Amino acid sequence: MNDAKPQPALFSFSPDNLARAEKIVGKYPAGRQASAVIPLLDIAQRQSGNWLPQAAMDYVAAMLEMPPIRVYEVASFYTMFNLKPVGENFVQVCTTTPCWLRGSDEIVHACKRKLGIGMNQTTEDSKFTLHEVECMGACVNAPMVQINDDYYEDLTPELMDSILDALKEGKKPDVGSQTGRKGSCAQNGSTSLKEKA
Amino acid sequence: MLEDKDRIFTNLYGFEGWNLAAARRRGVWDNTAEIIKKGQAWVIEETKNSGLRGRGGAGFPTGMKWSFMPKPSDKPHYLLVNADESEPGTCKDRDILRYDPHRLLEGALIAAFAIQAHTVYIYIRGEFYNEASNVQLAIDEAYAYGLLGRNAAGSGWDCDVYLHRGAGAYVCGEETALMESIEGKKGQPRNKPPFPAGAGLYSCPTTINNVETIASVPEILRRGAGWFSSFGRPKNSGTKLFCISGHVNQPCNVEEAMSIPLKELIEKHAGGVRGGWDNLLAVIPGGSSTPVLPKDICDTVLMDFDALRDVKSGLGTAGVIVMDQSTDIIYAIARLSGFYKHESCGQCTPCREGVAWLWRMMMRMVKGDATVEEIDQMMDITKEIEGHTICAFGDGAVWPVQGLIRHFKPQMIERIEKYRKQARVA
Repeated sequence: MNDAKPQPALFSFSPDNLARAEKIVGKYPAGRQASAVIPLLDIAQRQSGNWLPQAAMDYVAAMLEMPPIRVYEVASFYTMFNLKPVGENFVQVCTTTPCWLRGSDEIVHACKRKLGIGMNQTTEDSKFTLHEVECMGACVNAPMVQINDDYYEDLTPELMDSILDALKEGKKPDVGSQTGRKGSCAQNGSTSLKEKA
Repeated sequence: MLEDKDRIFTNLYGFEGWNLAAARRRGVWDNTAEIIKKGQAWVIEETKNSGLRGRGGAGFPTGMKWSFMPKPSDKPHYLLVNADESEPGTCKDRDILRYDPHRLLEGALIAAFAIQAHTVYIYIRGEFYNEASNVQLAIDEAYAYGLLGRNAAGSGWDCDVYLHRGAGAYVCGEETALMESIEGKKGQPRNKPPFPAGAGLYSCPTTINNVETIASVPEILRRGAGWFSSFGRPKNSGTKLFCISGHVNQPCNVEEAMSIPLKELIEKHAGGVRGGWDNLLAVIPGGSSTPVLPKDICDTVLMDFDALRDVKSGLGTAGVIVMDQSTDIIYAIARLSGFYKHESCGQCTPCREGVAWLWRMMMRMVKGDATVEEIDQMMDITKEIEGHTICAFGDGAVWPVQGLIRHFKPQMIERIEKYRKQARVA
């Protein structure tokens, strides 16, 4: 399992990411560069394949002139930082009450069955990691999952299966509502702003 | 029903584009400079007169909040826009961020002027990656067209707006936790006082407002305080975004007049309760923190701050979570306790330990593996947490359980008795 992947000894930003990072530091007042720690850790995580090796945290600490422990604290406090490797597709299923009311248990079950793994596990080929998350703020489009940066909404077990199948084949499924509705508009058509629909 | 001509969020569903050209066609950035040139006192007074109360959950009067900012000194002032939308049941700000970001930016400029800030940070939850992307592109567009930056929109006011993405922490929606987070720390709330208007971000005078609040301001000032306050009951003015989730036929977001009856909101816009109104069990009216209401209250209650307070709940974020008769109401609330256990920042013992304890007890209540006395014990624990923590998270974490016990105690007892009967048989 790829949890055992060794911690790389070295990390540094690619030239593109270094330019991005410097631009971000510039958003904050002089001497307040620590404000950039979350965005820089995010860049470091993206560059490392969706997880944060210790070398990356140390690199960000040095760049922002922060004690490394302050950076570790931040990395471990915020749930979006993965301190262990995750699969290529990081599948996070929301199971908080609004999603649960709309059948998130069945979505969890569909993911487990299709991927052959349990919660917090990664497939042998490192393609998928399955995770349970708290409310993602898409409650009227429940149930939903986030896979990497994208939300997939209005799911049924069948729709979930087809998303996972597409990802297995290396395809990129359409993001957002899987039942074809626009945003948070009612499925049968809106009751307001009708002229614009 | 509110008419389209009186709706502020005319691109709520993304039927039109989100970029500058499309936003201008909706009237965004129209005469912004003229609004600002009416002066700081006018902007604050007009906002006060409109009756606008904060749309993030607490409902504090917006104009009054702005008036708390001190006179300019050598310290810079900051405006923070709270886009850390994470309250279960709530997904309204997301639609503004992704489909109408210019409306938010225009509001940010006006509000920044009102509190004499030249710098605005929009703090958006990290999971809203695609939404953040639209906001950043809108910011870039606004700079390119002179709507932000020096002499923003020709108003004479310099205003820089920056986007700051979070990384997954519900508690960062708490205003001082959000400031800690922008400063590069764990999102742990600060003790108050000092209040943000005195010492907020970087220890400088700071005002923080919710996305919907800020995005409502330009239209209120264009149309006038009287227009906005003509909707809803006194002290509960205006239009409001509602999110209707759960067991309804057509879950959706919609902008309606404040004080609309809950039943009308659900039946007109969300296609009614699954199986009909009589199949309703309960509604959480304003996001997960607001206590659940049984059907008999839902029959008549109005959706505004005062009406929901009068029935011991709250308008909160107006995230309406509907539950029909098929719902295991004990689990529905227990799952929220699980949410709060997961999201407690861990700083205050009553919250860190108490909420986890509450969740464990609630999970036993789901099975019925408890005693009737423990229901009262659980209520006692909620009282030990409520009001005994640095921030309001502790309160929000226990209110759902209090609401459950207040209205569904017989069902909890029934569950316990059933479990005991089965245990005896076994």
